[in-house]
Amino acid sequence: MAKGKRDVIDVLKAIDRRIIFLLIALAVIIPLIFHLVFSIRTSPIVQAIFDKIEALPPGSKVILSFDYGPSTVPENQPMAEAIARHALQKDLKLYLVAVWATGPPQAEALITNVINADFPNKVYGCDWIHLGYKAGNQGLINAILLDLKAMYTTDIHGTPINSFEMMKDVHNLTDMSLIVCIGSGFPGVREWVQFAGDPGDIPVAAGVTAVEAPLLYPYYPRQLLGLLGGLQGAAEYEAALVTQYPQYQGKANCAQAVQLMGPQTVAHLVIIAFVIIGNIAFFGERRKQARSKKS
Amino acid sequence: MAHTAELWLGALLTLMIFSFLYKDNPFYKFAEHLFVGVSAAYWMVIGIWTTLMPNLVARIWPSAVRGIVNMPEDARPQYHFIIPAVFGILMLTRLVERVSWLSRWAMAFVIGYAAGTNFTRYLQSDFVGQIYNTMLPLIVKTNGGIAIGAIISSVVLLVGVICALIYFFFSKEHTGAFGAASRLGIWFLMVTFGAAFGYTVMARISLLTGRMQYLGEWLATIF
Repeated sequence: MAKGKRDVIDVLKAIDRRIIFLLIALAVIIPLIFHLVFSIRTSPIVQAIFDKIEALPPGSKVILSFDYGPSTVPENQPMAEAIARHALQKDLKLYLVAVWATGPPQAEALITNVINADFPNKVYGCDWIHLGYKAGNQGLINAILLDLKAMYTTDIHGTPINSFEMMKDVHNLTDMSLIVCIGSGFPGVREWVQFAGDPGDIPVAAGVTAVEAPLLYPYYPRQLLGLLGGLQGAAEYEAALVTQYPQYQGKANCAQAVQLMGPQTVAHLVIIAFVIIGNIAFFGERRKQARSKKS
Repeated sequence: MAHTAELWLGALLTLMIFSFLYKDNPFYKFAEHLFVGVSAAYWMVIGIWTTLMPNLVARIWPSAVRGIVNMPEDARPQYHFIIPAVFGILMLTRLVERVSWLSRWAMAFVIGYAAGTNFTRYLQSDFVGQIYNTMLPLIVKTNGGIAIGAIISSVVLLVGVICALIYFFFSKEHTGAFGAASRLGIWFLMVTFGAAFGYTVMARISLLTGRMQYLGEWLATIF
């Protein structure tokens, strides 16, 4: 019996890492093929952002900053699209900006997937505008807190900024009712809080990659009114949106993150199983060594 | 046609990168080197067209880049932008050892500006702001009662912050009650690291899922 036990521990210790990779791959692929979806409950930290947008009167100005690149699109894009969809549904004015050079292509994807697809009647320059990327990191945020038009003299297409209806009564960031930063690093949410939210007393909401989320929780709820942490945060926002606006129920582009949470959950279960197996192997090995010392 | 070619290229490069999970091989090496080269070129082009041209050339010599760079039609030369241009050139003197000391002036300007700008903001948001965020009421009342959940949350936050700070306080020996608080601080730190690790796992699986979806889209074009 003891010999059998020892063999199991040796087998566990010798599991090839490629087997683990294979099982993780299967844990992701199989739920994707079978469209495995779990029900999602919106947590208070996500609900706070939803409620804020829900409470804003029509015509309020919301700045949506794309501070991420293609490498984090699976996490960040569903957040940006869900929030933009909600803001446009509420007839808020949407200002798309980027403090990352890789942000504008993500904004273009949002324009195709959300604005052109679901809100074709929204007018560019009246309901939404794309201001594009400007270099300067936190220096840019610092500058537009005082004078937005000094930095953004044109929109992304080169049209003079003052020719747009929705820019006429905008002078600086304090004219915004809400700043939403979708980010995955520096410059990002922290800089929007430090250089715009806190000094300008402007509400800041954020959606970030899961890696960054634990670093930003300390800002909630006083400096950040809410936070979408990783894919889970995005899925929770999508769930809240579908609950409030049932017309989005069943639309594939309104549940991107919810669909990805199926593979996510199964992969997590596999990882938890391996953590348990690893611990069994570790303690089994330690026990074996203690016994061999005694004998 | 262009989308299909893009899809094939992306899928093949993804598979080349994934092949490293089996073992190192020439396909992985090729994809890795291609990525590094393309990234370097991409950022150089981005730097020229989003920073150098609009923020420097378009300010000093607008007529030279009119129609190429987004700027107001009535833009006039702003000659004071020659000063940052000179500082930028000074930065390049690092390449010539005899005059490399000149780059320190530009560097001093950059560091001085960054330190001055960031100092007050970090002080307000990350120092004072975080202390303020920790000062939560320990007794939270709701309509006709007390909010047990909020009270527990406030107590955990307060105890966690104090114990974690004690762990990093090295001017007193960690013995007795002070040592116990320090050990509790370690536990709080470990739970934090565990949560951060869990989030990191979630992030990586999200990216893997995204890639798998992409490969699925590619396979759908074949079958």
